[in-house]
Amino acid sequence: METLKERKTITKKNEAIKISGAEAIIHCLLAEGVDLLYGYPGGAIMPVYDELYKFQDRLTHILTRHEQGATHAAQGYARVSEKVGVAMATSGPGATNLVTGLADAQIDSTPMVCITGQVPRHLLGSDAFQETDIIGISTPVTKWNYQITKASEIPEIIAKAFYIAKSGRPGPVLIDITKNAQFDEFEFSYKKCEAVRSYNPTPKPNMELIKAAGKLINEAKKPLIVWGQGVILGKAEKELKALVEKTGIPAAWTIMGASALETEHPLNVGMVGMHGNYGPNILTNECDVLIAIGMRFDDRVTGRLEDYARQAKVIHFEIDPAEINKNVHADIPVLGNSKETLSLLLPLVNSNSHEAWHNVFKEKYQIEFDTVIKKDIHPTKDGLTMGEVIEEINIATEHKAAIVTDVGQHQMIACRYAKFKETKSNITSGGLGTMGFALPAAIGAKMGAMDREVVAVIGDGGYQMTIQELGVIFQHNIPVKIVVLNNDHLGMVRQWQELFFDKRYASTVMVNPDFVKIAEGYHIEAKSVSERKDLKAAVQEMIASDKPYFLEVKVEKEDNVFPMIPSGAAVSEIRLK
Amino acid sequence: MENNQWFTISVYSENNVGLLNRISGIFLKRHINIESLNVSKSEIDNVSKFTIVIYTTDTWVHNIVGQIEKQIEVIKAFYHTDDETIYQESALFKIASDLLFDERQIQNIIKESNAQIVTVARDFFVLAKSGRRFEIDDMYEQLKPFGIMQFVRSGRISVTKDEMQISALLREFQYN
Ligand SMILES: Cc1ncc(C[n+]2csc(CCOP(=O)(O)OP(=O)(O)O)c2C)c(N)n1
Ligand SMILES: [Mg+2]
Repeated sequence: METLKERKTITKKNEAIKISGAEAIIHCLLAEGVDLLYGYPGGAIMPVYDELYKFQDRLTHILTRHEQGATHAAQGYARVSEKVGVAMATSGPGATNLVTGLADAQIDSTPMVCITGQVPRHLLGSDAFQETDIIGISTPVTKWNYQITKASEIPEIIAKAFYIAKSGRPGPVLIDITKNAQFDEFEFSYKKCEAVRSYNPTPKPNMELIKAAGKLINEAKKPLIVWGQGVILGKAEKELKALVEKTGIPAAWTIMGASALETEHPLNVGMVGMHGNYGPNILTNECDVLIAIGMRFDDRVTGRLEDYARQAKVIHFEIDPAEINKNVHADIPVLGNSKETLSLLLPLVNSNSHEAWHNVFKEKYQIEFDTVIKKDIHPTKDGLTMGEVIEEINIATEHKAAIVTDVGQHQMIACRYAKFKETKSNITSGGLGTMGFALPAAIGAKMGAMDREVVAVIGDGGYQMTIQELGVIFQHNIPVKIVVLNNDHLGMVRQWQELFFDKRYASTVMVNPDFVKIAEGYHIEAKSVSERKDLKAAVQEMIASDKPYFLEVKVEKEDNVFPMIPSGAAVSEIRLK
Repeated sequence: MENNQWFTISVYSENNVGLLNRISGIFLKRHINIESLNVSKSEIDNVSKFTIVIYTTDTWVHNIVGQIEKQIEVIKAFYHTDDETIYQESALFKIASDLLFDERQIQNIIKESNAQIVTVARDFFVLAKSGRRFEIDDMYEQLKPFGIMQFVRSGRISVTKDEMQISALLREFQYN
């Protein structure tokens, strides 16, 4: 196969090489270290696919069964690795099918570059076949987007796309490339992008504010840390752990922050938010200093804002200036990359243990354990609970798996009960709550971390939104473990109907197919269990397999997830039942 | 509850095709009406300036400006209250020519309002007036009884009393 490198050797030194825009795109991807991308071909992107064919020894293209799947797979890949996920699609419907994944990556700050084909420049604006204004459509859901209409723009713009996607607060970038720009030839050269003059990705930390933060932390009697994904994105797991261990401050996490500190760390006091743990939620409204690290005070975390941590002084460590004072006023805003700011803070804080304050968390945990956790994980009733399935997965994987979840009750239960030892182990759609995320994201996660066990935990509803991606798992023999927690309901919506809509169950009963047969149709080994006595062995067998494996667990149809902060309530109004 | 008031947002940016869409989307997302919008070049070569007027609360304008500033091509965005800026709008009035000669009153209005006669043709003449919104509105009300053939008013343009250090920022970003 002829590559640019080889060609360089056959052309005379310094002789400029003219290549097509399409081939240039491949060289740009290779220069950015991309060896894997997800996508779906079509008319307007065919020149690039033609080059992908020629470069298949160096660049693997995975044909997902829907462009949405390509985006979520790219997201899953990015979330477990330190790489940028790449997805490709044709113009028109191919491009519009990317929108959900872009929106998901935007709100969950996932680095992703999407490349779409576009009708030739001379047809732009003419309602040509499969023309859609994907720049207009994707603007609100991208960190940056750009339409290339000349081949010569390709290297600079793609370099910029990768730089923007991964720098500062990461996010998705979409590059739309007209077909003429793919065909036209130009003199190719590539230079990585290292700065954009109007863009300041990582604000410099202000030492005065860090000192003020240190002082406040040292004076605090009842401090609470709440960290988010900013710790993972900033690669600040070690610094977080050092801070927590030195100061003895109880530390809680948002869904997106899960796994940055191991679940069983004695100072890890659990999850905040709507279905988070009782202690950290209720004690948010009792702490005297709230130390928020790389989190954005989403409404699912804060409940009613007017009654959120009003008694506390707030220190906000954050990379994105737009997040400061957006929802919660920060008494001390500390801008910068979390690794950098926490490192600067660390020598300024005193050693402490906060024992009495910890005991309050323990008491609250006991209450939650007695009323909720015990019957979730060690149920005595007949039907299987989602919680006990997660617990079996914990046991079988020794807390080492990356858990990819979809959206709904199973997601909340998985986030509550999954135990993590390693960072980047909780891959879920947090901000957008995208049903259909998990199956393709698990494909990406496995391909991004082949040495790790990847278990997808999915609801019977969301599974059917991207179920066709079983085709990818089968075709490429990707050994993901798929667990569908089947309650024959859109469980989370059913729960809200039960609690807040007088049990009017509008369109939440699912009439489901035979999931085992479907998996078997894709030649994936499959099993279904509905009784407790079979559960452990089934989970063990699944984990022991080195192939893709599908396990349906028929769980109780009408279980609810508790604790719960009803929407519009304060964190301190969290309900245990 | 916080009170709504007028704010002028000044956005310094690269000149990019999609940026107007990106910026207006931020207002759309919050269901806020843009009362006036003006795009022009700025005091720095190759840097554009958007001047946007909205009626909202201090908290919202703070958040909106943060979200505008976050856009890749935006160098810096500021917001100011009316007291902090010197601002103007311009308007053009097209009026039938015979009125200029037949109606004494119109000549008085022109004099008193400091308006300029831009052109006089056989059938119509055009008045230009710059000033605060209420001054233009006043003139409009005065001329209305005589019949206005066409009227148009521009977006607000404004400069701040304080300095805006864009050049320094640009240098800092570039060599960061
Ligand atoms: C694409 C999309 N559509 C609708 C919703 C609203 N929604 C949130 S949870 C849920 C039910 C999910 O049902 P299922 O996948 O079976 O999971 P369960 O709650 O039963 O565990 C729905 C419909 C959503 N989050 N995403
Ligand atoms: Mg369900």
